[in-house]
Amino acid sequence: MQNTQQQSISDNIEKYLKEHENKQMLRFITCGSVDDGKSTLIGRLLYDSKMIFEDQLAAAKNETKKYGTVEGEEIDFALLIDGLQSEREQGITIDVAYRFFSTDKRKYIIADTPGHEQYTRNMVTGASTADLAVILIDARKGVLTQTRRHAFLVGLLGIRNIVVAINKMDLVDYSEARFEQIVKDYRQMYEQLRFSLPYKSFHQKIDFIPLSALRGDNVVEHSERMPWYEGEALLPYLDTVTIERSEFDAFRFPVQYVNRPNLDFRGYAGTIASGTVCCDDRIIVYPSKKSSRIRQIVPPLSPEAKNEEETKEAFESMAVTLTLADEIDISRGDMIVKEGEKEPYFSDSFEAMLVWMDEEAMKNREYTLKLYAKESNASIASVMFKRDVNNWEKIETKTLELNDIARVKIDLAEKVAFDLYEENKKTGAFILIDKITNNTVAAGMIAGVSTRQKKERVYTEAEKALNAYVREFYPEWGCKPC
Amino acid sequence: MNNRMTHLKQLEAESIYILREVAATFEKPVMMYSIGKDSSVMLHLAMKAFYPAKPPFPLLHVDTLWKFKEMIEFRDRRVKELGVDLVVHSNPEGIEMGINPFVHGSKVHTDIMKTQALKQALNKGGYDAVIGGARRDEEKSRAKERIFSFRDKNHRWDPKNQRPELWNLFNTKIHKGESVRVFPLSNWTELDIWQYIYLEKIPIVPLYLAKERPVVEYEGAKIMVDDDRVPEELRKKARNEVVRFRTLGCYPLTGAIESTASTLPEIIQEMLLSKSSEREGRLIDKDQEGSMEKKKIEGYF
Repeated sequence: MQNTQQQSISDNIEKYLKEHENKQMLRFITCGSVDDGKSTLIGRLLYDSKMIFEDQLAAAKNETKKYGTVEGEEIDFALLIDGLQSEREQGITIDVAYRFFSTDKRKYIIADTPGHEQYTRNMVTGASTADLAVILIDARKGVLTQTRRHAFLVGLLGIRNIVVAINKMDLVDYSEARFEQIVKDYRQMYEQLRFSLPYKSFHQKIDFIPLSALRGDNVVEHSERMPWYEGEALLPYLDTVTIERSEFDAFRFPVQYVNRPNLDFRGYAGTIASGTVCCDDRIIVYPSKKSSRIRQIVPPLSPEAKNEEETKEAFESMAVTLTLADEIDISRGDMIVKEGEKEPYFSDSFEAMLVWMDEEAMKNREYTLKLYAKESNASIASVMFKRDVNNWEKIETKTLELNDIARVKIDLAEKVAFDLYEENKKTGAFILIDKITNNTVAAGMIAGVSTRQKKERVYTEAEKALNAYVREFYPEWGCKPC
Repeated sequence: MNNRMTHLKQLEAESIYILREVAATFEKPVMMYSIGKDSSVMLHLAMKAFYPAKPPFPLLHVDTLWKFKEMIEFRDRRVKELGVDLVVHSNPEGIEMGINPFVHGSKVHTDIMKTQALKQALNKGGYDAVIGGARRDEEKSRAKERIFSFRDKNHRWDPKNQRPELWNLFNTKIHKGESVRVFPLSNWTELDIWQYIYLEKIPIVPLYLAKERPVVEYEGAKIMVDDDRVPEELRKKARNEVVRFRTLGCYPLTGAIESTASTLPEIIQEMLLSKSSEREGRLIDKDQEGSMEKKKIEGYF
């Protein structure tokens, strides 16, 4: 933590708190392997922002002697931040770890994922909640296969802000030419990437920062060793970067919980997925397509706080409770939208990019699909192709295994309201749950609508006989032959 | 990222989403109430999430019978003020055995009065979702903990058998007899908790604030003489000092810190300028390296 911040904490804590009430929250994912200096970079961000305390540092020093991969008096930052005892002893990271730090401007949540190939599912998990991705490249090695993998996965998950952190600049003599070469290689790769992603109007804001996590160059402060670099150091960059968003702004309110404490109050609780809503707005409820009007918007209220009131307007990410002017039947999993705005898709079939997350391969059976609060029976009608995560080529396949990424057609047991993932992540993302093991077997991103091919029904001999019997003895029923 | 919401409002909204998800998808949820600051925040969030209704689940306090007196007073007052249901459980076998941390040590006491008692309470209540106040920033082994953390029939946590959590789509499906631990404060840090308490004026146990209290050195920590169960030789050595507590638990196992911070802003100030982490005052973490992970596998929260 910078001394100025410490000073302002000592001088006037009330003022400091007031300023810090208005921070924003930014979630990012770091992609890279231990070899790229990822743990060192994260360790440094945490240490410099004082999320690592002296006692933890002392413990890490002890452990460095026991398990460390670092020579001499250096602290192994990987040990400081790696969590589980079993994995520490093996020296590998096996899952997504969430780390926290904050500056004067923003609170950060880092999804720290291993970059190793078989852990696609970990990176997909970490990327699903991130607004920004930091992709680490070792300056000596440049754009590698793993860089292509990272770029593809964060693109697939729809992350629009990318920081390419070109690390270990100290080992290439802080060479501007080396930096420029890597920038060029990455940009070339990105042009290719755009054609491999299923999103039509998707683009990323990409910035490149040359740094040395080990020596602290361009991490918190601009490094004098790279005067040719005119951009910001990583931390000030993160503090000020504008997060790119989809232009989608229609109101979407998945009903999460019906709140009915007494006969006079029937509220629909949920978190606004997108758009804004005001009292008296005309709304439509899916799947019933019944319409009504917003009567009240109840924000999360504490019964003890007397000064808070009902609100007239609510917007994206707010957890509110709505009441309607008319009594219509609404339950969890329904979606409330606004009349006159872009309608959601409403179908019992769609195309999606699917990431297989389970050890057990895809089976020809029904799964439970969870899309916002809606659960529905679903089956994978067909696997159109899968994509190689490294070279992005299409591969023909009939089935899916752990870490496979494929375009599939999904059929649902009923019509549901949804949006495309590239427009609205909250109403376009889903998971598949195995009905027998209850495992989360796949993560999906809706990429298009499709028409359901109704399978021709096959009747048994008994059903055929029943049909013949009805037609013969009850002609007044107008029964059709089967 | 949301430009229109502060980080605290966003954390609040996300926690409320998690609490509502629990209420909507489980048959018999319960909220752990440890009376500490995180529990205070969690209770506040639960009141907000279901307003104007009361939270549709009871609170559960596992009383080791060695909590600070002020904690129990605070608990009973808050439950009354808010009109929520509270279930209190203590391990009857432990009571019969007369478990005493001064005699049996922290390991035995924690195992019998906390871990075993919690298992008993959960089995007795038949709860399928247990909401807890743990945060990922508290300890290294928690950085990877899920928000919905899956437990088998014996309440055991298997680090290799946890479900991936994508977006805010939580898989809440379990088989009969299994359960989940749910952590709505996963993404809050200690600073967030304090700032939120300050901003929302949430009541907390006064032990967090500095005051003159009788304390004595015990096993490397400064513990408070809260009642006369403290061995006499220790009681004799007790002195009045201005101290406060960074975390609350069983008084013989909770180290006080020397501090004059007697208001919330002063606590936050002290925390921001401090050089040691929050859990340092907890005696149970120091038993052995990776001890939290071991406790978790055994079923400790």
